[in-house]
This record gives sequence, structure tokens and C-alpha cells, in this order.
Amino acid sequence: METLVSTQPVCKFAPWEDPAQEPLVRFESVTKKFGDFTAIEDLTLNIYEREFFALLGPSGCGKTTMMRMLAGFEYPTAGNIMLGQSNLQKAPPHKRPVNMMFQSYALFPHMTVEQNIGFGLKQEKTPKTEIRRRVEEMLSLVQLEPFAKRKPHQLSGGQKQRVALARSLAKKPKLLLLDEPLGALDRKLREQTQFELMNIQEQLGLTFVIVTHDQEEAMTVASRIAVMDHGKIVQVATPAEIYEYPNSRYSADFLGDVNIIEGQIDVTTGETVSLAWAEGETPLAISTKLRPQTGTTAWLAVRPEKLRISKEKPENVDNCIQGEVWDIGYTGNISTYHVKASNGAILKAQVSNREHLADRSITWEDNVYVYWEKGAGVFLEA
Amino acid sequence: MTRFNWFNTTTLTLGFAFLYLPIILLMIYSFNESRLVTVWAGFSTKWYQSVFFNESFINAAWVTLRVGFISASVATVLGTMAALVLNRAGPFHGKTLFTGMIYAPMVMPEVITGLSLLLLFVSLDFTRGFWTVTLAHITFSMCYAAVVVSARLVTFERSLEEAALDLGCTRFSAFMQVTLPIIFPAILAAWLLAFTLSLDDLVIASFASGPGATTLPMKIYSQVRVGVSPEINALSSILIAVVAVGVVTASLVTKQAQVKRMKEERLAISSI
Repeated sequence: METLVSTQPVCKFAPWEDPAQEPLVRFESVTKKFGDFTAIEDLTLNIYEREFFALLGPSGCGKTTMMRMLAGFEYPTAGNIMLGQSNLQKAPPHKRPVNMMFQSYALFPHMTVEQNIGFGLKQEKTPKTEIRRRVEEMLSLVQLEPFAKRKPHQLSGGQKQRVALARSLAKKPKLLLLDEPLGALDRKLREQTQFELMNIQEQLGLTFVIVTHDQEEAMTVASRIAVMDHGKIVQVATPAEIYEYPNSRYSADFLGDVNIIEGQIDVTTGETVSLAWAEGETPLAISTKLRPQTGTTAWLAVRPEKLRISKEKPENVDNCIQGEVWDIGYTGNISTYHVKASNGAILKAQVSNREHLADRSITWEDNVYVYWEKGAGVFLEA
Repeated sequence: MTRFNWFNTTTLTLGFAFLYLPIILLMIYSFNESRLVTVWAGFSTKWYQSVFFNESFINAAWVTLRVGFISASVATVLGTMAALVLNRAGPFHGKTLFTGMIYAPMVMPEVITGLSLLLLFVSLDFTRGFWTVTLAHITFSMCYAAVVVSARLVTFERSLEEAALDLGCTRFSAFMQVTLPIIFPAILAAWLLAFTLSLDDLVIASFASGPGATTLPMKIYSQVRVGVSPEINALSSILIAVVAVGVVTASLVTKQAQVKRMKEERLAISSI
């Protein structure tokens, strides 16, 4: 799991931390119902200019409905959506400075690449020479100049995706919506295109909102991610924050791999709580600023790569669990050891394979110790 | 597996004979020299010549073509509109009823359709003639047009229209610039079907027509009651040839165009 924190610009981009910044998009207690079904429930969210904002969640969580409300294909049942100073409540799709790139690309099959890209400008009665200039600019942006005269069915998947992007950018929208834009591409092309999207977004200085169910994609491209579940936002934060400090089991589990251990609060001393997780085992220590009540149920979330594993009992560690190697998942660069603890819980510990396969000492059914620092885990109350 | 064993061959021969033998017989006798229909007296094309000099036949043909053209055009527009509403409007009260009512005239006995139209025209005090036949043909061919266009709209990718709206089109201009060009082959097919149905119709036209508006099928039928003449055989052969050549070429062309468009649409929206 890469979080790509290091590739973010040196000059920190974080308008959401600056109270003087006006958000570009504001969802103000938005509710959307389809008959009896509540797709979005009392949702409030700010998106700032030049952000690459990701709506992340499983299918049916309401992320697509949010996007369709921004585009104007659906209207909120209650609440307001503001774009800058204007209320989008009643504006039809063609009166919004918002464009969308569709999941199916929705290229017009009876028009050439050029005509597809120029379609939006033609509707605004832009002069012909201006349209031509703009189309050429877009074609060079997505590197499709030689394909200007082709029809969509003569293009490959990646080329169609770029035409769709160029078409949605041609009108210079204030806000670009991307609905699962890379879902149909194969893995290699998808990764490459993610970086292209980021470059284009930075180059043009636009605000992008992307809808995706692919957590890796969201983490790679987004400045901030909203993790959604059943029409509600669970957590909004930068990818690194969500990964390192999830606020709930749901967002911990949705982004990346995680071990979650349930227990009861034993004692709280200073900024450390201890969690009684199994009969006859030492309670686990977790750093937290929260002051939970003794006896309440809580959870520890710890990422597999933060666990270490050894055959000898380690000295002076905050948390240590003894167990048996149940399974080993080998994916080349890393090995994941599934360790079964005394109460039957399976813990996953990830180890980078620095040595050759033959040199590794731990194997199936070995008795091992899994250990980690108290700061490595996250204390969760929900 | 043998594709042409004796059973298949016999079935096929009998089937086609049943369908086409009468028509072939009619065509053969249209080239008969003799005035007596059932007595062969050598090959001749003189009956064809006499058809073209028979003014009442030419008039009837002209009426038929005009009725067909106008009724097919109006029925296609109305049928397309009905298909759009039934496909696009979300669920509303009575949608199933409306859908059923669009299709019902297809299975309604023609005599009843004709009779009820006649009653309507009489009670409204319409002078029966060219326009009442045209109206009657619009009524019954509209449902066929709606069915043909509906079938196409079911597979039409809605996101194409949404993309047009998103890029600044109003609903109407999105339809004109995106939907219409893409579904056009289906609309053309609907027009051709409506046109052929109008050319064919005898029963409904007989009820709805009045003096001075005799269509070709009506003309043929009234002549036959007096007695089958080789001239009628020739006229019928011409009609069959026109309809056959027209329908076959048109359906081939539209079929090809439609398959091509649908393939292009599919390829344009999916990525593989």
C-alpha cells in the first residue's frame, strides 16, 4: 500500500485547513430520496478550488447520486448545493459550469473525435475558428492529434477515455466530475492514466471530483477522500490521514488491509489505554488522546505492515501476541503471515521480502510472536 | 447431420409452394395472350401495355402512393413520439395500460377497426374520401411504427443523451443532435413498414373511403368481382414486383445501417 505522501508538493496544499478560504462546492444538509429509499442523508461537505476530491465507497453508498446531483441529473429532496455563490437547486444540466466524464465515456458514435470534443463549444455558439483552436489544444493535451478525424469505434479503450476527458474539459468547466473514469482500463493503463489525470488537473488548475470504488485509485489521485457508507460520509481527510488515523472500523477496513481486534477498556493511564482482548492474555496498549470509560467495548486497528514477527520472544515491546502460523500469502515483494492467536483470532503481519524465499526461517505451524509499538495501532470507538 | 434429407426437402418444397404457387401462377397468366384467364394461348406483354393506358388504374395507383406517403410520414412521427414517451418517462400511473393500448390495434380485427372508423367519420360528418383513408391508415400503422422505434430505444445508451445535456444541450436539441441521428435507421424502417402496410390495405380503406378515392387494392378487388381479366393479373404482378423490390432493398439497407450504427454505438460506449 503506497500512500504517496512524498510526491505531494513541498508547498503544502490544504485549503480545507484555512478558515479564510471559501469553498467552491458546498453541500448543505443535502438529502436525496428515491421513493422510500434514502440515497443521501443530511449530508454536509465542502470542496475547495483546485482540489482533486474523491468520493469513495462501495456500490450503492450514494457516491454516484452525489455526482449526479452536481451534474444536474438529479435534484436534492432537501438542502442546498452551492457552487461558488450560486445555488444549484433549480439549474438544469446545461446551465451549470460543470462537466462530467461518464463511466461509459458516452462518446457520440456518429461524430468524429474532433466533433465530439467541439460539441460543447458548438452549443454555446462559439465562433468556428475559436472551436477549432480549442479542439486542437485539447487534442494536444491528451495527445490524440493524429486521431482527430476518426470515429469513436475506431479507437482503443485508452484513446476513447482520453477523448471523453478532452470533451469534458473543452468548455473549461469550473468543476469536472469523473464517474469511475478508469474502471474499464486494464491495470497498467489505469496506473499510467491516474498520473496523467493528476498532471492535467494541476496544469489546468481545475477542481476535479472523482467517484470511485477503487481505494488505491482514490489514494493515488486525491487531495482528500470522502469515505461514504449508506448515504452518509464516514470520514473526510487526506489519503494519509485516513490510512494512518481512520476514525472508524469502516474507513480503516475500506482503505487498505487492517487487523481489527475487539476488546473491553481495561485501564486508561495518561495517553495510553489498555484493551482486554482475550482471557488470560496481556491487555494491549494503544496511544490515544481519548478518555474512554472502563468496561466499554472498543477496537484496535493496526495495519499488517506495522506488525513484526519473530520466532524468539522479543524484549521490551509494548504489545506482543503469541500464536501459530496458519497461512502464508506470498505476493513476490511481500509475504503476509496469518497468525492464529490463542482466542482463534487471525492476525496478519506483512514482511518485505528482502531475502530470497529459501532463506526465510518462518514456515507453517511455527510458534511465533507478533509485536508492535503502542503508537502503531489506532484506538477506535466505532 | 444432413441438412437436406428427404423430410426437410419435402417440407420446404410444400411450404414454399403453399406460399408462392398462387402468386407465381398469377404472374405466369399475366403474360397470357388469351383473354380467357385459364387458357394458355402463348406469351404476350400486351396486358401490361393496356394497364398503363387504363386511366382508372393509374388514378388508383396515384391515390395509393399519396395515401401511403402521407400516412407513413405522419404515423412515423406520432409512433416515434409514443415510443419515446413510453421508453423515457419513468413509471407513471397507467403506463402499462398505455403501452398495451399502443399495441392493441395490431391484433384488432381490421373489419372492426374499419367499421369503427366509418362510424366516427359519419358521426363527425366528415366527407369520406382521400383524407379519411389517410387518417385511417395513420391510425393503424402508427402502432407498428411505435413498436419498431421502441425496439431500438430499448438498447439506446441513455448516457449519450445525458452527455449532450451536460455539454450544454437543451432536451430538444439533445434529441435532435444525438438521439435522432443514432436511431434514424429504425425510424426509416418504421416509415417503410407503415408505407407498405398502407399500400397493402384493402379492408380499412374500403370502410374509410368515399367516391373519388379508390386505392389500388380496392380497384383490383372491385374488378375481380366482375370477373378476373388478364389485365388485373398484370396489374397485380406490377404491384407485387414494386412492393417486393422496394421492401427487400429498403430492409436490407436499413438492416445494414442499423446493425452498423448499433455496433458503432456499442463500441463507442464500451472500452474494449
